[in-house]
Amino acid sequence: MSDLTRMTATEIAALVAGGETSAVEVTRAHLDRIAAVDDRVHAFLHVDTDGALDAARAVDARRAAGEELGPLAGVPVAVKDVLATRGVPTTVGSKILEGWRPPYDATIVQRLRDAGTVMLGKTNMDEFAMGSSTEYSAYGPTHNPWDLSRIPGGSGGGSAAALAAYEAPLAIGSDTGGSIRQPGAVTGTVGAKPTYGGTSRYGLVAFSSSLDTPGPCARTVLDAALLHQVIGGHDPRDSTSIPQPVPDVVAAAKLGATGDLTGVRLGIVSEFVGEGTEPGVMTAFRESVDALAKLGAEIVEVSCPTFAYALPAYYLIAPSECSSNLARFDGVRFGLRVGDDGNRSLEEVMSLTREAGFGPEVKRRIMLGTYALSSGYYDAYYGQAQKVRTLITRDFTAAFERVDALISPTTPFTAFPIGARTADPYQMYLADLFTIPTNLYGGPGISVPCGLSEGLPVGLQVMAPTMADDRMYRVAAALESAVGTFTPPAL
Amino acid sequence: MAAISREEVAHLARLSRLAVTEEELDTFAGQLDVILQAVAQVGEVAAADIPPTSHSVPLTNVFREDVVTPCLTPQEALSGAPDSEDQRFRVPRILSEDVAS
Repeated sequence: MSDLTRMTATEIAALVAGGETSAVEVTRAHLDRIAAVDDRVHAFLHVDTDGALDAARAVDARRAAGEELGPLAGVPVAVKDVLATRGVPTTVGSKILEGWRPPYDATIVQRLRDAGTVMLGKTNMDEFAMGSSTEYSAYGPTHNPWDLSRIPGGSGGGSAAALAAYEAPLAIGSDTGGSIRQPGAVTGTVGAKPTYGGTSRYGLVAFSSSLDTPGPCARTVLDAALLHQVIGGHDPRDSTSIPQPVPDVVAAAKLGATGDLTGVRLGIVSEFVGEGTEPGVMTAFRESVDALAKLGAEIVEVSCPTFAYALPAYYLIAPSECSSNLARFDGVRFGLRVGDDGNRSLEEVMSLTREAGFGPEVKRRIMLGTYALSSGYYDAYYGQAQKVRTLITRDFTAAFERVDALISPTTPFTAFPIGARTADPYQMYLADLFTIPTNLYGGPGISVPCGLSEGLPVGLQVMAPTMADDRMYRVAAALESAVGTFTPPAL
Repeated sequence: MAAISREEVAHLARLSRLAVTEEELDTFAGQLDVILQAVAQVGEVAAADIPPTSHSVPLTNVFREDVVTPCLTPQEALSGAPDSEDQRFRVPRILSEDVAS
């Protein structure tokens, strides 16, 4: 049997279904790979060896009993540590939740279990998903498998690195401002942010509730689509969940893989191909645009002038929502409690707990949000940002009257060295310049590997209208069929 | 001119229930000033007549049937609590000595 860890999820599922390998064998191969490389990559915060092998045995038993297995049965998956997993530590990359074992599963985790996938463990992330490099994890950074001295993107750097290091064929991320797509781009993997409301937030530790969107990560577009189909769809436990079926993303990925984009109109976002983007990224992007044109796509440039204000609007809206959401970390119901000596008041204990439990980026954002929501500043900051959000949505709507999907580089630059941007928080924010507009609008976006720049991966982003997730999968799969996938140097 | 002073950051930290150190105040004041000056760009957009968007999904008043379903046991619900007593979360005192006496 060739190396199981190098296979796609589609290939693994077929081998398990056909009895050519077992889920246990597949799981062992990935656990061995994690044991061999993760001390250098640090993609995982927790490896659930026993739980994974138990889940794998259950899949093998079901197959032996002649049960019908789902399309991803027996396939290992790594889950970002932002989702609640029953009995399995869930930290959100923060000291404030160290040691917490949730008494329930997030809906997405439940759906993964029901589908017969095998959860390998929980992946590293920037604390509370606030960051673009995974350097803000309270448990140390994750290293990019392409170059261990560089960042794997963030906040979902652990999930993306686990894929690129062949520790898992599938992973779950969450995308509030680019936390699935940007790590995908800089690790040469595929990351999709579904339409907001297309995937359940039940059991997702909240950062910015109007933007948070869990989604699939994989090494191929078809694998991402299969995972999207398993985790997506209406959840009565999330009142913002859209009560409509998931668009047929799997069929769209298969259609795209035929390499025919005849009749598809794609718009390059003019504002994102200017001077702020690294030359190597622009070269890979331009070559991919040529490839898309050769596949039959009609390419035009589309101007979305308000996108220039997406980053400032986001850094008012997201911190405002976070300052409210993170109030629940009060040292009462779960997690850390510091300074409770019998004499201190609740308020003092709360302040000491939050001071000890939160890292610097989380504190900055809580204070920034508290400021933006303060009486006297609300209209100029939070209120104005919400109006800009309306204008960004109007730019998207107008663009989608002219084109089927928008494209851009996923990030302005490739993976930067660890430590290069931590001194100046705003420099870190710029990593999400091209991914943020989609979150404010609520539509879907996907990053697909499109080339290399000085040996480092570059991603191309496809953005589609709300609930037209299938469209982005078609374009991404077509590009993948033209440019292929990219393999990092051996670890 | 700075967008935010060290004193204002200290006030924000109190409002945010963060017992920050003096050293942190120095760092955060500088960093928040840079961030606030950057995000203030939203003010350049003429949007006086534009309605705000709080949420991208136009759903309001999502109801469900009021039916009893299985839920966490008290033991499960309290399993992550730093302190509990008699099936309740135990908290530090919330009233000062003066008020309590």
